[in-house]
Amino acid sequence: MVPLTPDIIINPISALGRYSQLLFHAFGAVTEVASYRKNLWRQMVKVGLDSLPIVMLAATFSGAVSTVQTSYQLVSPLIPRSIVGAIITSSMILELGAVVTGFILAGRVGARIAAELGTMRVTEQIDALETMGLNSVGYLIVPRVVAGVVMFPVLYIAACFCGIGGGMLIGELGGFVPLEEFIYGAREYFQPFDPIFGIIKSLVFGFLITSISCFKGYYTQGGAEGVGRATTQAAVASCVFLLLADLILAVLLL
Amino acid sequence: MIRVSHVNKSFGDKHVLKDVSVDIPEGETIAIIGRSGSGKSVLMKHLIGLMQPDSGSVTVDGIDINAITYAELRRVRRHFGVLFQGGALFDSMNAFENVAFPLRTFTEMTEADISRVVKECLAMVELEDVGAKLPSELSGGMQKRVALARAVALQPRYIIYDEPTSGLDPETSNTIDELIRNLADRLNVTSIVVTHDMHSVLNIADRAAFIYEGRMHWTGTIEALHHSDDQILKAFVTANEYKIGPS
Repeated sequence: MVPLTPDIIINPISALGRYSQLLFHAFGAVTEVASYRKNLWRQMVKVGLDSLPIVMLAATFSGAVSTVQTSYQLVSPLIPRSIVGAIITSSMILELGAVVTGFILAGRVGARIAAELGTMRVTEQIDALETMGLNSVGYLIVPRVVAGVVMFPVLYIAACFCGIGGGMLIGELGGFVPLEEFIYGAREYFQPFDPIFGIIKSLVFGFLITSISCFKGYYTQGGAEGVGRATTQAAVASCVFLLLADLILAVLLL
Repeated sequence: MIRVSHVNKSFGDKHVLKDVSVDIPEGETIAIIGRSGSGKSVLMKHLIGLMQPDSGSVTVDGIDINAITYAELRRVRRHFGVLFQGGALFDSMNAFENVAFPLRTFTEMTEADISRVVKECLAMVELEDVGAKLPSELSGGMQKRVALARAVALQPRYIIYDEPTSGLDPETSNTIDELIRNLADRLNVTSIVVTHDMHSVLNIADRAAFIYEGRMHWTGTIEALHHSDDQILKAFVTANEYKIGPS
C-alpha cells in the first residue's frame, strides 16, 4: 500500500519530535547535578580546552587571509588603509569568529559526541546505564550540552582575538596595513553591540552543535554502519542548522 | 516476584509478543528459551521497563512498572542486575572502574570500602587480576565475567542474563553457567536467563518458559521439560541436543 504522506515529510517531523522529547528530558535532568557533575568537567575539557589549539590556528589564518584579500581589493587612494582594520575586526566579531569556531566544533566535537554515544547505544552501554537506575540522558547528554554552551563563547572570544591578531600581524609584516592604522580603524568603527551579538550567536551555536550531535548519537541504530551514519549526519546537520541559525539571528538582532 | 500478564508488543505490523504471561517467583532461576527472533530479548526488556507493552502489564514486587514515573522506575531498576549479551562494559573505564561504577554512583561508600567490594566481586567471577585492564584488552568470556561482577556489585534481588553463553567456547560457557548457578545459590537472587542454549538451561535453571512465535508456548520445571510430549518444544530441545552433539 502506498503511504498517504511521503517519508520525506514524515521523517523530519518525526525526528523533530524525538529531538524535542530528548531536549525535554535533558532539561528535566539539569537539576540532577549529582548524576553528571563528574562528567561535566571532563566534557568541558574535551569540548573547550582540547579544541582551543585548532580554533586558534584556524581563526589566526582566517584573520590573516582576510586582511591580505581586503587590502588587495581596497586599492583606491580615496579609501584610508585603516578601513581594513575596521572590516577585519567587525567580520571576526560579527561572523567569522563564531562561524569558523562552529564549523570546527561541528566536525571535531559533534562527530566525536555522535560516535561516542552511538557506540554506547549499539553496544548496549546506554541500556546498561538505564538498567542500573541511572538517568542516561542526565548522565550523558546534559554534561555535553552544558559544556558546549559554556565553552563555545570562550572559544569564540579566543577566535576573535586570534583572528584580529593574525590580521594585525600579517598587515604589519606583509606591509599591507601599518599596525597603527589597523588599530585606529578597528577602534573607530567598533560597535559595542557587536561582541554581544557574537556571544549570543556562540551560545546558540554551542547548544545546537552539541544537542544535535547528542540526538544523532543517542538514537543510533544498527552496528558500526549505524555509528558511521550517525557521525556523518551529526556533522552535516550541525553545519546546516548553524548556518540557518546564523541567518535567523542576523535578521532578528542586527 | 515478577509477574508478566497478557503482554502484547508490536513493532510496526510485526506482532512480536502475543498475550505473554509468566510468573517468576522469588529465589527461582528461570530460563526463557526460544528460537532467535522469537521475542525473548523483547520480553527481557519489558521486565526492566526498557520497553513498554502495547497492552498487558509487568509488575515487580506488586508495582506495575509501566504505571509509575520514570524516577520511580529507576528506583525499581536498582533491584536488578543485568548481564547484557555483549557485556556492555563501559569502554572508557577499566574493569575495576566498571565494577566500582554503580557503587560510586548509588552508594555513599568510601573508596576503601568500594575497593574491597570490587575485589570481592572480581574474585567471585575468578578475575582478581584484571582490574587495571580495559574491556578491549579482555576476551569475550572475561568481559562477560567482569560485567557479571558489575551486575552483582549492588547485591541486586533479581539478575537478568541475556544470552550469557552466546559466542563463547564450550569451556567458557560451562564456567559462566557455574558462576550463574553459584551466584543464585550464594546470593539467593532470582535469576532470569534468556537463552537458546539448552545445555545452559539444563545446567542452571529450576524452570523453563518456552516462547514460540511470540507466544508463551510452554512453562514448567526442568524435570517436566525432559518428559514433555509437546512436539514443538521437543523439536527445539532436540535441535539443541544435536548442536551439542549426539551422545
